[in-house]
Amino acid sequence: MVAFNLPANSRIGQGQTFAAPADAKQAREFRIYRWNPDDGQNPRMDSYNIDLDACGPMVLDALIKIKNEVDPTLTFRRSCREGICGSCAMNIDGGNTLACLKPIDEVKGAVRITPLPHMPVVKDLVPDLSQVYAQLRSIEPWLQADSPAPPDGERLQSKEERAKLDGLWECILCFCCSTSCPSYWWNGDRFLGPAVLLQAYRWIADSRDERTGERLDALEDPFKLYRCHTIMNCTDSCPKGLNPAKAIAEIKKLIVERVV
Amino acid sequence: MRDVRDALMMARNSDGKLVRRPLSPHVQVYRWPISMALSIAHRISGVGLGIGTLLLTGWLASAASSEQGFERFQSFLGSVIGLFLLFCWSLALVFHFMSGLRHLWMDMGRGLDEKEYEQTALAVLICTGVLTVLIWLAGLIVW
Repeated sequence: MVAFNLPANSRIGQGQTFAAPADAKQAREFRIYRWNPDDGQNPRMDSYNIDLDACGPMVLDALIKIKNEVDPTLTFRRSCREGICGSCAMNIDGGNTLACLKPIDEVKGAVRITPLPHMPVVKDLVPDLSQVYAQLRSIEPWLQADSPAPPDGERLQSKEERAKLDGLWECILCFCCSTSCPSYWWNGDRFLGPAVLLQAYRWIADSRDERTGERLDALEDPFKLYRCHTIMNCTDSCPKGLNPAKAIAEIKKLIVERVV
Repeated sequence: MRDVRDALMMARNSDGKLVRRPLSPHVQVYRWPISMALSIAHRISGVGLGIGTLLLTGWLASAASSEQGFERFQSFLGSVIGLFLLFCWSLALVFHFMSGLRHLWMDMGRGLDEKEYEQTALAVLICTGVLTVLIWLAGLIVW
């Protein structure tokens, strides 16, 4: 359902300001979304001023520096710090991306950081991903085949068959795309969203999978698939340079092709 | 909890008490890419067209009613307000048509690569401007 305003308990207030160290030559402001389930308050934006000369180049470096040196209560997910794990997905300067891949230099002025959009917040920059994970489970993202595997090795693919999976297998499930999609914001409980649909297509496109028909049947639904209106925010935001909108279009084409 | 979907917004704090989670900001913080702006403009212009077509209906209805009625409606359409409404309607019509072609193209699975959809978005805006101006030039010359 379309709702442009945030619910009353989600409106964002003004928070604390942490000044830069006195000897900072290159101070930069980071305005960061904070919410603590234990204090009974609304979310707020805290302002941290840090010295970029004493900080790594990426937004994640700044977040880690703030947590280590300024405010240990700041909460966010991170693991690999090189764009492989997908943990540090968040909204930076109005766009969804991975904090570890976003250079601070690319942002003009204060760096505004909020959690992935239109998600329930667990704490600070940590969103609750239960719904997207449940949706991923629903498309059964694993190889399904009745034919037994060859007894002496793997199921083989030609180079061309394998090439069809390029641009799909690289997805790290950070959900930058799904949470950038206005259709997913308004109908996220029924629309599967770009990330999960790209995963669905990854198995549909796999020459070794024998459930293509059933997979397409499961997706042929006004909401699960057809809430995609090619707004293109998914492709625009993907930090791995993938194209979920194109994967969705391929699913739609396959569904048409089997009828005509 | 209002319904089962609301369960996603519920959590327990450190004392085990139920708390309602906030919804993270979305349209309030998102920096609009051009294709998102066009998609929303497509919907708005569609609604605008629906309302604007009342002008056309009114014009036809007035012609069917009487000569004086038609004259009155004609002079209203020729007034500043009438011309402004007609201009908005024609702008919405041309934009919705061009943007519709773009979406049709993308629904065929074309123009979804790299920055192609940004180029087609720009093309829609330019074509809308040029076509609307041409239509009004032609209309004003005939008028």
